This record gives sequence, structure tokens and C-alpha cells, in this order.
Amino acid sequence: MANFNLKINGKTQQLDVDPTTPMLWVLRDHLKLVGTKYGCGISQCGACTIHLDDNAVRSCQLPISAVGDQNITTIEGLSENGDHPVQLAWMEEDVYQCGYCQAGQIMNASAFLKKNPNPTDEEIEGAMNGNICRCGTYTRIKKAIKTAADSKIA
Amino acid sequence: MTRIKTQYNRRSFIKVSAAAGGGMLIGFSWLNGCNPNTPEPEPGVAMPKEWFEINGYIKIGDTGLVTIYSPNPEIGQNVRTSMPMIVAEELDVPWENVVVEQAPLNTGWYQNQFAGGSLSIRLSWNALRMAGATGRRMLMEAAAKEWGVQVSDLNASNGAIKEKNGERSVTYGEIASKAVGIEVPEEVELKGVKDFKLIGTSIKNVDGKKIVTGQPLFGLDFHRDGMQLAMIQHPPAFGMTVKDFNEAEIKSMPGIKDAFIVDTTVEEPGGFDEKGFKQLIAIVGDSTWELMQAKKALKANWETTGELESSEIHVKRLEKALVSGEIMESRKDGNPEATFKKAAKIIERTYSAPFIAHNTLEPMNFFANVTADSAELIGPTQTPEALEGSVSKLLNLPLENVTVNMTRIGGGFGRRLYVHFGVEAAAISKKIGAPVKLIYSREDDMTQGTYRPTYRSVYKAGLDENNNLIAFTVKGAGLPEGPVFPNRFPAGAVENYSAEKIKAPTNVTTGAWRAPRSNFTAGAEQAFLDEVAEAAGKDPIDFRLELFDRAINNPVGEKHEYEAERYAGVLKLVKEKANWGVTKPDVHRGVAAYFCHSTYVAEVFDMVLNNGQPVVEKVWCAVDCGIVVNRDAAKNMIQGGVIDGIGHSMYSQLTFENGAPNQMNFDKYQLIRHSQAPKEIEVFFVENEIDPTGLGEPGLPPAIGALANALYKATGQRHYHQPFMTEKQVVG
Repeated sequence: MANFNLKINGKTQQLDVDPTTPMLWVLRDHLKLVGTKYGCGISQCGACTIHLDDNAVRSCQLPISAVGDQNITTIEGLSENGDHPVQLAWMEEDVYQCGYCQAGQIMNASAFLKKNPNPTDEEIEGAMNGNICRCGTYTRIKKAIKTAADSKIA
Repeated sequence: MTRIKTQYNRRSFIKVSAAAGGGMLIGFSWLNGCNPNTPEPEPGVAMPKEWFEINGYIKIGDTGLVTIYSPNPEIGQNVRTSMPMIVAEELDVPWENVVVEQAPLNTGWYQNQFAGGSLSIRLSWNALRMAGATGRRMLMEAAAKEWGVQVSDLNASNGAIKEKNGERSVTYGEIASKAVGIEVPEEVELKGVKDFKLIGTSIKNVDGKKIVTGQPLFGLDFHRDGMQLAMIQHPPAFGMTVKDFNEAEIKSMPGIKDAFIVDTTVEEPGGFDEKGFKQLIAIVGDSTWELMQAKKALKANWETTGELESSEIHVKRLEKALVSGEIMESRKDGNPEATFKKAAKIIERTYSAPFIAHNTLEPMNFFANVTADSAELIGPTQTPEALEGSVSKLLNLPLENVTVNMTRIGGGFGRRLYVHFGVEAAAISKKIGAPVKLIYSREDDMTQGTYRPTYRSVYKAGLDENNNLIAFTVKGAGLPEGPVFPNRFPAGAVENYSAEKIKAPTNVTTGAWRAPRSNFTAGAEQAFLDEVAEAAGKDPIDFRLELFDRAINNPVGEKHEYEAERYAGVLKLVKEKANWGVTKPDVHRGVAAYFCHSTYVAEVFDMVLNNGQPVVEKVWCAVDCGIVVNRDAAKNMIQGGVIDGIGHSMYSQLTFENGAPNQMNFDKYQLIRHSQAPKEIEVFFVENEIDPTGLGEPGLPPAIGALANALYKATGQRHYHQPFMTEKQVVG
């Protein structure tokens, strides 16, 4: 066990956990921030995607000891009122079926759009390929990303 | 309008309570922890001070806010939106006034509380309409009584009741308290289809905001103070059981509270009970990560109690079954064997598909709180009633002492029809005497079994000198169940026809996987017919339409399962929408049509080659599912089915060695990804007034046939063995 002070969604959180614990389980088990999902545990599905500063990372492969003073953003902290352009676009396109993967898709898409506000279809596919949707909402996800990009506020 | 007797579902309409916010109906409200029983309303309607329960589906607040209980499990098929839409339509209340809550399992009030067979809407259509219509009628009677007029003097619409020839009007919220005392009507009038205001429109998913903001919706998100976490370890191979393990060492690990072997055997098991791994190692602890470390440190002795099968064994068994296996079901019209002898052309092809896993993205999990005389279960199940029964048997508790509540479900596809994970959670909770949430790792989930069976089918067709199809046979074997539907197309359309469904043994456990059997048979049959049409020199759509003409005008043999007119209807619609027959340079087209789960779907795929790689540019789908309830969500289901069909037939397989699957996670088990999905999928519906049928499954099966046929046009290669990407002859 070791003590950590983490900056998560703009707040400082004090934690006393095994330093090898991946952020996925720190968020889910210790902080009850369960919007970040467990899908595979080996960074193959993208359901656990969070932001470390401005980068999308797989929280299942990020031990708490590696976070340091970087800012963590989870789906719960992406916007104040669920009104981030990517979240709005997801609702506009009614993307989801079961919905389980979508927090990871949204976190990945929002980090991507921040770096590339006007992506081509191929760039979207390349950036999103690590996020599995078992229900097959890929065409809607792509459309929502374009809708968010067109809103020019992403 | 249709008059309809309410007896059909009368028990659920008996008014339950006039008490505010309480009564017998216990809403599932853990998601609103700080505000029990008060779902978030949309802005515009104030939160009521008092609620009035009209029947098992409807609760009306004094401000006009209406809670509609959605009875069935939500697995992504969007019934939490579409089922309440049907109630709201007949109640005639603005959708902005509606909030939706998940109903608990209550077999007294609701029927068919399961998600399977694409049946939710189809089986509950009348019950949901009656629930709404009964509520509307009772509100009108209450207003009539208040004003001393006849119900026939009133109109009820948009959440308000008005006098036809008078000034008075009252909102549902204002009159609801009076409706509680009204006797449930013997019969009610339902709206005519033409009068629908909500049904047929596109209503956005009621959980959309919660999904995009990461609210706790799923079973894996469930938390109750004081609960423990648990993980299991099942044997590494089918044909093995657990003997013992390093219990003392595991128990001494950080964060581990207990470790033991648990037996989940229930007496007289049903179809949804576990057939394979009934004795498991269970580890209980404080956190998931600590449990995962303990699982890694497990040293168990496994005992081999059955054959340890391999994919090679599976292929041999299927081949043997096709020659001499036991026939489960068959049909024969005319004399196909004699006809083949005089045929001008004969085409014979073999198709196969491997075992595949469901791989719902939310792994199996369940919460259980077992006490001496009760069991409370909360989590993702497609069959709450089956779970209730199995837990009652496991614990020797009366059914009424077992409660089941349903969370939103992170994918079903048939996997969560099976109840073992809920039963396991109950067994662990009983052993430790505390509430527990059981969590499967991805590896536990993928290697547990309950797979789509592996299949192998041989199709044979005979054409006469005029290229008419004069004989057609199919023999299909599966481990353990054959994939053939003897009475489906082309039964009834060919003079000499036979179909045999053949079984063969395996100790790998299998289960229903989205569109069971159809998920293989559609692809095989539709790819085969494409090849037969080609041999006959006919356009593939015209060739099929000729066969449907025969089934319509002069059907062969005993009754077949499909309506040939509706089957032909979707083919004609997709032909028109896709502009079939107009060729585009470098665009290669494939078509398929299939009927399953009472719904007809035809699909056209446009494929291009991008640096030699096949890419699906566009898919057109034509669907006849009767009345469309929630239009855009219905399209979403079909689009998902298309992508799912492409994904599994192109990329996915489980292979076996020494009884164990070789694929345990998404590094080796391939699922379709963004770049492999079609660029565009357009969905068109046949407009009619037939009662609605299901959409969860029927979009998938024809996609595999249309894909195979487009691949042939693009590459010149026919694909017979799934997954097409590897095209290995070895399946398993």
C-alpha cells in the first residue's frame, strides 16, 4: 500500500492503495467513478479510456504509481452538464445500443477531436480502431464524430 | 378502433394503491440513491408531490408527470424506450411528460419478462396497448363522474380530458387521484393504426444522457455499502472438474477475505441452467485488482472426467454426423435423389462455421444478497424468471422469497439467457453470509462456454435443361444441434426437396447466440442460391422471385414457415432502393434475403477493393417487421445486425486444443472494428399495419450471405468456411 494524491476531474483525491493497481480499478472500486468501463483488461477494447492531461489512455494499463501530477479526466468529468460537443453529438445521432462501450468511445473521440478538429473518414477510423463496439454502432459513432467536428466547438 | 377485452392481462391492471409514492409497486430505484423513486423528469414538468398508481405499468403524478414501467430486460434492443412508447400512445400523453423506470420481475403483473427470440415487442404489443388504453379509460371515467356526464361526452388526448361540447377540461395529473377508485374496465378501445402519434416516429433513447455521462446503469456498476466482491475460476478445459487448490495461500493474500469451492448444481436443471462448470473456485475480497492477483496465484488440481476435445475432433465429428448422424428433424417433398439423376446440372457445396463466443462487452456479473430466508438478486439477466427459479431451487427457498431486479445490460446476444452467474453469486453470498457482487474477468467470460455451436452443412441443387431448379437438398450437422430449419425457404418452392437437421455430441457447452442457427444457415443457403442462380444464368434476385412465385401460386408439400409474398416484398423493395441492375465501375454487388423471428430482411452489399482489400461501401436493407414502433432505433438494430454479421463471419472463431479454447481475450479473438465496418447502411421498412415483430436478430443472418456474394463478385473467390478472412478448412 502507498499514499497518492491524484487530480481527478478537477478535484484532488487522496488514496491509499497497492501502487500496481491500474487506474481503472482505482476509479471503479475506490472512487466509485464507474463510468469508466472494464472490457478486457489488456488494452484491446478501449472501454476503459480516460484522459491523462489531453491524451486518451487505457486506464486498465495505467498503474496509479505512473500518474504523478498529471490531470485525469473521466467520462463523469468530461463536461459539467453532459454538454460536451461529443456528448451532444452522441445524443443527436442516438448512437448507442447497449451503451456499455460508449464512455470509452466518447473519451477517445473527444481527445482525438481536440488534436484533429477536422478529421477525414480514414483518420476517424484510424483513431477509433482500438475501441470495440460489440453491438455494431460504428457507422453512427463515425457520424456523431463528424457532427461534433462540424459543431466547431469540439 | 379495436375493442379488446382486458382479461388477457387483467391481473396487471388491478389498481394497487392510492398511497403517495408507495403502494405495492416497488420501483427499482437504486440509480437515484439520494432520491428514491423519483426519476429525473425532463425540464418542463414539475416533480409531483403525490403519485397515483393506475395499474402495473402506469403511475401518474399530480403535476401530470407519468411514470411508465418498462417490464423487459434492456440489452441494447431499446425496449426501455419502445415499450413505454406503446403505453404512452394508448394513454395519449405527451412524451415530454413521461419518465421510464425498469419494472422488477413480477410474474403476477407482467407476462414474458425476458429478452430473447426478438420477442419483447411482439409478445407484449397487446398488453402494453391495453395498459395505456385502460389507464386512459379510467381517467376519463373519473372525469365523467366528477362532472356528472357520460364518458362518450369526453375526449382524452395529450394528457388532458376535455368535454366535447363544453368548456371543462382537466389534466391527467389533476384527475389521477380520482382514477384510483375507478373499477378496471371489462374492455377498452384501442387506437386505429392511422391515429398513432408516437408509434412510428423516432424517439431518442431514454437513457441517452446517462450513457454519455457515465452514470451507473449496468450490473457491473452496482454498489451497496457492505457488499463484498468475488471472482471465480472455472476449470481450464471442457471435460475437467476442480479437485482442490492452494486455499491457505490464497486466503493469506492482501485484500482476500475467503476462498472456497462452490457447488452450483440445481436439481432438475432447466434449459438456462449451467451444463458444464458447476463446481468452481470462488475468491472473495475487497477489490477487483486484489482478486485478480489472487486468481493469478491460484494453483489448482483439475481432474479429467471427460474427453478433451480439439477442433480436429470437432470437424471429424461433423463430417461423420453428415454421413450417419442422428436426424433431429426433417422434411421431404417429391423425390430429390431420383431427380438429381436426371438433372442437366448439379451443384453441391459444403459450408462450415466455427464455435463463437457472445463476448458481450460487459462481462458476466451479478449481485446477490442471501439471508436465511430470502435472496435478493440484482444485475444483468435476459431471463429474470428463470434466474428466480434456479436460485429458489439452489437455496431451497420459496419463489416468493427470491426477488430479481434488472440493471441495464451491457450486451445480451443470448448470453444472458443463461443464469449460472446469478446462481453462482447466490451460492457465494450464502457461503459467506453477506451481500456480494460476482465479477467475471474477460478470460473467465470467454472460456466459460455457452458458445454458438459449430456447424457444417451440405447443399445440393439440380437444374433441368431449361435451368429450372428441380431438386434441392440440405443436410446440416451441428455440435450439438444441427442448423437446418426444414420448413423454411426454399421449402414449398421446389418440387423435390429434402432437409435434415442432424445432431452430434460435444462436451463444449453451447447456447443461443443472436439468431440461433439462422446466423449460419442464412449465409450458407443464400451464398449457395447465388451460385445456383449463376449456374442457371439468372439474375440472383429474379431467380429468388421465381421461387417465391412458385411458393405463392402453387406451394409444394405441407405448410412452410414463411409468407412468400412478404419475403418477395423485401427483395423487391431492396431491388428498387439499391437500383439493382445498374452497374457502377469497380463496385461489386451481393444480395441476400432471409426470414427469421417473424421478420423479413433483404440486403444488398456494395463492395470495392481498396489496395486489394475488400471494403463494404454501402449496404441497403429492406425490412418487413410489421408496424415500426421507434423508427430510428429500429434502423439502429438492423445496422448493428449487419455489422455483427459481417464481423463474426469475417473475423471471429474459437478453436480448441485439449478441451480448452485457444482464444481467451480480444488479442487473439477478433471482433470487427471501426475500419472494417461498412461506410454507410441505409434501412427501409415495408409500410403495413401488421402487428410488430422483432428486430434484435433478423438483421444479422442475411448480412453473411450478401457479404459472401459480394466478396465473390469482388474477388472471384467463393467463400464456404467462416471466418472468411482466414478461410481455414479447420473449424471448431
